Formats: sequence, structure tokens, C-alpha cells
Amino acid sequence: MRNIIKNGQVTADEWLLLREESHLWPAQDVIVPLEVWLSARLAHSHRSAPWLAPDADIATLLPHLADLPLIAIDFPAFTDGRGYSLARLLRERYGYAGELRAIGDVLQDQLYYLHQTGFDSFAVREDRDATQALAALQDFSDGYQVTWRRAEPLFKRVF
Amino acid sequence: MYRYNEVDARIVGERVAQFRDQTRRFLAGELSEEEFRPLRLMNGLYIQRHAPMLRVAIPYGHFSSHQMRKLAHIARTYDKGYAHFTTRQNVQFNWPALENVPDILAELADVEMHAIQTSGNCVRNTTTDAFAGVAADELLDPRPWCEIIRQWSTLHPEFAYLPRKFKIAVSGSLEDRAATWVHDIGLQVVRNADGEVGFRVLVGGGLGRTPVIGEQVREFLPGEHLLTYLDAVLRVYNRFGRRDNKYKARIKILVKAMTVEGFAAKVEDEWQHLKDGAATLRAQDIAHFASFFTAPAYEVLPPHPVELTAAMDAQPAFVRWLERNTRAHRQPGYRAVVLSLKKTGVPPGDITAEQMDAVAGMAERFGFGEIRAAHEQNLILPDVREQDLFALWTLAREWGFATPNIGLLTDMICCPGGDFCGLANAKSIPVAEAIQRRFDDLDYLHDLGEIDCNLSGCINACGHHHIGHIGILGVDKNGEEWYQITLGGSQGNLASLGKVIGPSFAQADIPEVFEKILGVYIARRQAGERFIETVRRIGLVPFKESVYAQHH
Ligand code: SF4
Repeated sequence: MRNIIKNGQVTADEWLLLREESHLWPAQDVIVPLEVWLSARLAHSHRSAPWLAPDADIATLLPHLADLPLIAIDFPAFTDGRGYSLARLLRERYGYAGELRAIGDVLQDQLYYLHQTGFDSFAVREDRDATQALAALQDFSDGYQVTWRRAEPLFKRVF
Repeated sequence: MYRYNEVDARIVGERVAQFRDQTRRFLAGELSEEEFRPLRLMNGLYIQRHAPMLRVAIPYGHFSSHQMRKLAHIARTYDKGYAHFTTRQNVQFNWPALENVPDILAELADVEMHAIQTSGNCVRNTTTDAFAGVAADELLDPRPWCEIIRQWSTLHPEFAYLPRKFKIAVSGSLEDRAATWVHDIGLQVVRNADGEVGFRVLVGGGLGRTPVIGEQVREFLPGEHLLTYLDAVLRVYNRFGRRDNKYKARIKILVKAMTVEGFAAKVEDEWQHLKDGAATLRAQDIAHFASFFTAPAYEVLPPHPVELTAAMDAQPAFVRWLERNTRAHRQPGYRAVVLSLKKTGVPPGDITAEQMDAVAGMAERFGFGEIRAAHEQNLILPDVREQDLFALWTLAREWGFATPNIGLLTDMICCPGGDFCGLANAKSIPVAEAIQRRFDDLDYLHDLGEIDCNLSGCINACGHHHIGHIGILGVDKNGEEWYQITLGGSQGNLASLGKVIGPSFAQADIPEVFEKILGVYIARRQAGERFIETVRRIGLVPFKESVYAQHH
């Protein structure tokens, strides 16, 4: 079991991430590719959740949002910023309220922005120390824009 | 000028602390070069040919004498005593040591400056007309909008990792001096038929490897919707822009692939969800930003004071400078003065620490302490009383700022090129200097009239060669430095891209080639016709024939 950051703390992860498009799921909570999840979720004995590639078409997921305990968004490279937009869409446009997890090339220096756009759990890359990364959630005490975490832009709050 | 509030200052301070920690982790081996690279670029730090280069933001080219003195101090303390003004209204230091950069950023933060997003695949410094607020042909002041965009774009959580860099320019005058047609987003501040203020929105322009003139995606965007609309454009780009090939990653490629109608429809669709959201600007918000850019305490002055007319009668050189290096002002009795950073023998845009201090002093003595950086790599004192022009000219001459060449051939836009830049194919500064030396006869230079000559050391086009009336591009031919020449480019309202005239030239031949090109112009021009107008009228063929004529 690996450590992740969740709700501002380092905790042991309950979920197993399956990268491959396999239908053979171990008997535990699993995060699987979106397509596989859509077709095989009902046969699983434990909880299951989809992970999205950055170019995922989220339309197929929308009917399930209310029931999902977790959605993961993959960052193939930390420089690939598509996941930030996906997160805001899921949170702000479609009202997804469950756990939203960043997986893949997730590093300390992106944590603050990820959190702002709606992620609340972070599978920090395994060769990095999640505890050290945790502090990055406090990198900035305020910001200019409207985000999932800030309902009003700065210009409506400062004077 | 905009002044930081407590939150602005805190955010910039936190960015300094964050970067200090990133630098520490890099030097300690906790961050690989690959991981550190995007982080340092987003703070304007390049690792160059000789040393790191730090690019500092001058938001929309506006700064104060106080800030200029700090830049001079940084040049003296952390660099070799000079700095370089860029083609995007920023300033660069070419020799800082990596471990000192956090301290430099802390010094900048003391005077409300930073290096945030001056490079990297993110929204860059917003640029505008260097004469904003004082230009006689201004319709609407673009600066409050620039500040609104600066705040929105600074550390935007959703758009920090775009497919590629993203540049926004804003213009509010009759003549477009902000090159809005060649930016990722160009905004022209306009009034509609009902008198409402808003924007004509252009998207997908840009120079670089694939130069493109932008296309209009919205004829009129009401001002209050600016930020939600920008969010929509950026979101479409962030999600659908190409990331597999960095040469195809700019928004212009996406616009072409989707067609401008397709792209505009996609943005409109996205915007319908964001429109009227919390980022919508209320009248009091716009008024708040505008309050930072009210006119300074101008005196009521008569035009043509005797101090001016007497000096004009006595000094023909002063008259020449007045014609070339000053501009009409909205306020009677004042003019805007361009301090030329294009003296022959000095790399275009370069300035020493002592000169920077001198400019700060001039800005205080001959104005309200404000300075502008122009994208043509000159500096501007925006509010000079006509009665002070002679005194200012005298001082500017002593400091090497009075070369009367603004808008003329030798007022070249020139990137740092192979002397400094790791990406260069060829040197650019010696070529600029060779042209300046060849055309150092002021009478001939003035007779040639307005000519934009732009020079880039490689295809990245930092010297904006595509939009020079004459463009020079450094190319690599079997490991040797050669130069390709384009004619017919222009910025402004009639923006166009130059066309290559033929095979490239060796460095030593460039001045001769220029002689021939300008010879054709002199021979063929009609009365009062500027160089670019002649090129447009007669086409490239006569120039090609002269330049490539066989010698017998
Ligand atoms: S145009 Fe090329 S050589 Fe010139 S500064 Fe840009 S990247 Fe460097």
C-alpha cells in the first residue's frame, strides 16, 4: 500500500490503480481505465472507479457522477496541463462532489494549482516524499482568479 | 500607474519564496534538470550560451524611475553593469548567477516587480502601445484592461501548463502600435454603435516558425465579459491544442486546423457556460482599475513656447531630433519623447546601469517619474513639457540617447542572436551594426524615411523579422552563418508578412544588398511615398533583379 495526500494529509491509499485495460480485477477497490470501467464495473465485488486520460471524452461518464466515490485524472507528464481543465469541468460544470485524484507525474510544484482546480487527493510520484510535497498546498495564500476553491476573483474581494 | 495592494505584494513574495525553494532543491539534486527547467522558465530564467539569462517583466511596458533605479542596481550588483530591453517590453539580464536569482527576485519584489511568466508555456507579459495614455490618436486607454489581464493571467491555476507560450496584446488607438494581428490573442479596444466599450478579438496570429496574421473571432466583446471570454479561449486551447509537436503547438495551428469559424464556435459554446460568472467585471471594478491610470497633474501650457522655437531656430540638429524622436501628445504644450537605444555600435536595446540611472533622473526632472519600454526596444518619457525639450535633448545627447533615428532604417529591432542566445543560427548584433555604419549619413538616412528593419538570429523570430519592411533572418548553411532577406512585412493596421527575396547572403554582403534594395526604392519611389508603399506598389521583382543581378 502506498501513501497519498488526501484532504490535506498523508494517508495510506485504499485503492489499487490498474493502468492496463484488463478485466481481471483483484478483489479490492480498484481504479481502472475509463473504457474498462464503463463496461465491467457492475461485475466487480468491491468499489471501482475510472481514471481519465487527459484527452478523455467525459460525456460517457456524466450519467454516473452522482454515484462515483472517486475519479482519477492522469498526468502523463507534469507539463501536460489538460487535466486542470478537466478537473474544473467535472467540479464546476457537472457538479462532481466525490474524491478527485491526480495520478501520474504528480509532483510537489504542481500541487497548489491542482488543488485550486478541484483535486483533493494526490498520488505523488512514488520516488518522491509525499510528506515533503504536502507543504506545497500552502505555497500561496491567495490568488487573482475564480477557481473551484475561490468563488470570487480578487478584484471583488479586496476593496 | 498601477500600485500593488497588500495581496499583490504577498503573492509576489510567495512566488519568490517558492522559487527560492525550487532553486535550492535543484542545486541539492532533489529536482532534475528536466523537472526544474519548466519551473525556472516560468520565472524567466534561461540557461544561455554563457550564463543564465533572467527576463524581468515590465507589465505592458509601464514602469517608474524608482523601478528603473532598482534595475540599474541589479545590473551593477548581480550582472556586468548593463541590461537589455526586449521586443516584448521586458528587460533582460544576461549574466546573473543561478544561486543569486532568488535574491534578485526579492529585490524586484521590493519595487513591485517580478519575473513571473516571462517565459515558459504559459500566458506571458501582456503588451500594449508604448504611447498608451498620451498618444494623440488614442481612442480608449488600453492600460486598465492590461492590468485586468495581468492579474487574471498571473499564476492562473488552470493555464500554467499550456501546449505552448501564449501572448496577448492590447491596442486602443487609431494606429495599432501593439502588433495585435501577430499575437495569440489581439484585443482592440473599441466602442460599439451604442457607445459601449469592448473589444474586437483576434486570435491565432504569431511569428516564429509559422508566421500567421490573426483572425477575428469576435467583432465586439463587451468589456465586462473580458475575463470569462479569455477563460473560454484558453480552455479550448489548453484542452485541444497539440502537445505532440512543439512546432505545431501554438494556438494558430489549432485555429487553422479547426478553421476560424469552427474555433470561434467552440469558444462560444464554452463561453456560454462561463458568461456572467463571478469573473464578470462590474462597472465599479472597471472604474477601480481605470483609477490607477488617470492623467497626471498637467499644467495648462501654451503650445510652441519661446524656449522651443528659439532652440529650433538656432539648432538644425535639434529640429531633426524633434521631428524624429518626439510624438504628439494629447495634452497641449507636452510631447512624448523617445530615447533611442539604437546608437551605432551599441547592441539595440542595451543600456548601462549608469544610463539607467540617468533615464530615471530625466523621467523625474522632465515628467512625472514614469517611463515606458517600447517593443521597438527604445524607452519613452511620456510627459515632457515643450519648453523643456531643448534641455532634455542636450542631456539625452550626453548620455547617447539622442540618435535622431526613431522609425528610420537604423532604429532596428534586433534580437540578442548568436552572441548570447543558445538557440541562434547566426549572430545578429554585428549585422545590425554593419548596417548602422553603412547608413550613418544622417541626410541620406532621413531621405530614406521610415523603414522598419527587423533582425532575428533564428526562426524563433524574437526580432520580429517577418513584420519588418526589411526583415533579416539568420540561417544555418552547413554550419555557416547566412542571412535570408524578406521584403514587404509590416506591423500595425495593415499588418503583413514579408516575402523572401531569394537565396541567402553572407554576413559581409548585407550592407551592399541593402544599398541595392534602397537604390531601387530611391529610383522608383513617387513623391512622398514611403519605402513600404513603394514595395507594395511595384512588388518584389525590381528589388530581386537589382540584388541578384549578374556582374559582368
Ligand atoms: S530569434 Fe532566435 S537567436 Fe534571436 S533571441 Fe530568439 S531564439 Fe535567440
